[in-house]
Amino acid sequence: MAREKAVKSKKIPITLKEMKKQSFLMIVSFFMVVYGIIFYYWPLTGWIMAFQNYKPKKGLLGSKFVGLDKFKFLFEDDTFIKVIRNTFAMGVINLVSTTIMAVLFAIILNEVRRNWIKKPIQTISYLPHFLSWIVVTGILHVSLSPTGIVNDVLMRMGVIKQAINFFAHPKYFWWIVAFANCWKETGFNAIIYFAAITGIDPSLYEAASIDGADRLQKIKYITLPGIKPTFLILLLMNVGNVLNAGFEVQYLLGNGLVQSVSQTIDIYVLKWGISQNDYSLGTAAGLFKSVVSIMLIFIANGVAKRYSEERLF
Amino acid sequence: MNEKEYKVSKPVSDKIFGIIVVVFLASFVVITLYPVINTIALSFNDGIDAVRGGIYLWPRRFSMKNYKTVFAMQNIWTGAKVTVARTVLATLTSLFANALLAFVVSRKRFLFKSQLSLFWVITMYVNGGMIPIFLLYKNLGLTGTFNVYWVPGMISAFNMLVMRTYMEGIPESLEESAQLDGAGYFTIFKDIISPLCKPVYATVALFIAVWQWNSWFDAMLYNRMKTQYTTLQYELMKLLSSVMQQSGSAENAKNAGANTITPITIRAAVTVATMLPIVCLYPFLQRYFVTGLTIGGVKE
Repeated sequence: MAREKAVKSKKIPITLKEMKKQSFLMIVSFFMVVYGIIFYYWPLTGWIMAFQNYKPKKGLLGSKFVGLDKFKFLFEDDTFIKVIRNTFAMGVINLVSTTIMAVLFAIILNEVRRNWIKKPIQTISYLPHFLSWIVVTGILHVSLSPTGIVNDVLMRMGVIKQAINFFAHPKYFWWIVAFANCWKETGFNAIIYFAAITGIDPSLYEAASIDGADRLQKIKYITLPGIKPTFLILLLMNVGNVLNAGFEVQYLLGNGLVQSVSQTIDIYVLKWGISQNDYSLGTAAGLFKSVVSIMLIFIANGVAKRYSEERLF
Repeated sequence: MNEKEYKVSKPVSDKIFGIIVVVFLASFVVITLYPVINTIALSFNDGIDAVRGGIYLWPRRFSMKNYKTVFAMQNIWTGAKVTVARTVLATLTSLFANALLAFVVSRKRFLFKSQLSLFWVITMYVNGGMIPIFLLYKNLGLTGTFNVYWVPGMISAFNMLVMRTYMEGIPESLEESAQLDGAGYFTIFKDIISPLCKPVYATVALFIAVWQWNSWFDAMLYNRMKTQYTTLQYELMKLLSSVMQQSGSAENAKNAGANTITPITIRAAVTVATMLPIVCLYPFLQRYFVTGLTIGGVKE
């Protein structure tokens, strides 16, 4: 009897009675799957356009197939090579800098014992996350303008003699984007690390204190190893997004003078696909991005599997 | 002897560390808050006076004229109305749809539980990309309508997973006892699971609402020609971008002519008006998104 029950709870036989009981779940699932197919899976058929000379009038079935011509065009285009470089570089710089900032912020804030200091700082730290990129880039533009606060401070400190127009020089652009990302997301990203630190057994710290460890040693030998699993999981999840992290900021901050370092794959797709109506070329560039992203996820997952316990799937 | 060394060395290194902590956090707070306060100060300053620069934390020549100008702009009002409408509608529909899906997927007895889960998880990693999606919306007749703001994004796998994780933590016995009392699955969803899920519902609702409030790209891409469906952020973007595109080079700015550039104080006033609702609301909602992220995010 007991054994039967155990088996039953593990695997539910597909009986008519069970199906009837679950009819509500089935009906909901059906509509959800239909919705998913329309809005998430159907666009995948559009990838065919990348191998065609797509004409909206002729449609997917009527347009002429051109093989890999569109990809050939892309990789012979110097702009596209630069675009790939920019997307990768900014994606990696952003991932590294925002991760370091979030970990640093979480660890340092955790060292504050008094709640009336800690709580307000934490609340302030979330603020930029809730502002739109339009607002953030607008604010940044005012701060970094030749008459803005950054030039003001640098000149008063004697670091520079003349105001710098930060948005006119390509060499600053990637770092401005990295700063913008750190400014916006540090506090919010730190939430998860903060939770991980809170989850560390306090007796470890007590034991370390008795052994005479100072605060820096406790961070190095207890806090950092304690947040390592969280760090790795988040890194894994974000590696696949490296190429996706390049649109809004670059689009809003970029201008003609820094175009060679500011354009990313998504901006390229927008420019060719939507503005120039070359749907096939835009799709090809987008498809390239998707394929590389999926490869990155699998590589990251494979590396993680080999060297540590963490993995996504 | 050793003990003596500790007693001397411990406070010194900890004191230096303490100073680093204070300096780091102080600069963090200043860097985070200063640009925001500066924008607010600018928005209350006289427009011509602000050109001289040198306004930091407080307006030099106080004026309400910027706000009067902004509130007289018809497009700002249209954008505000559309933004409020889409935020409210999308938050309600999307919360309901995601919660229902999460409920179905988290039922342990459900026959297609794992298949349905996988179906949605895949959408997180693979998507058609900008052009195929643009064409789909065009074919479905969504472009150029208000519906493009809330219909396509109604279900998101990420929000669904956050809720699923939370629902899986609710004891199964609650569901079983309700079933013995003759309750169907919809009753269980409505009367048993949902009341217990209020914290995670609040988290996801906040995510959706902020996302909706801050959206501008969909307005630009799908409704560029339909001024009646413009959003607040898109109007702000149009105001700001005329300046941004030109500030890169002095010649450009000269060629374009000064009359196309909106005064900095007006831009500041629009910025403040767009961010004000969120800045006022989020401190009260923070306990929800902190718990929601911690539960859903770490375990996911």
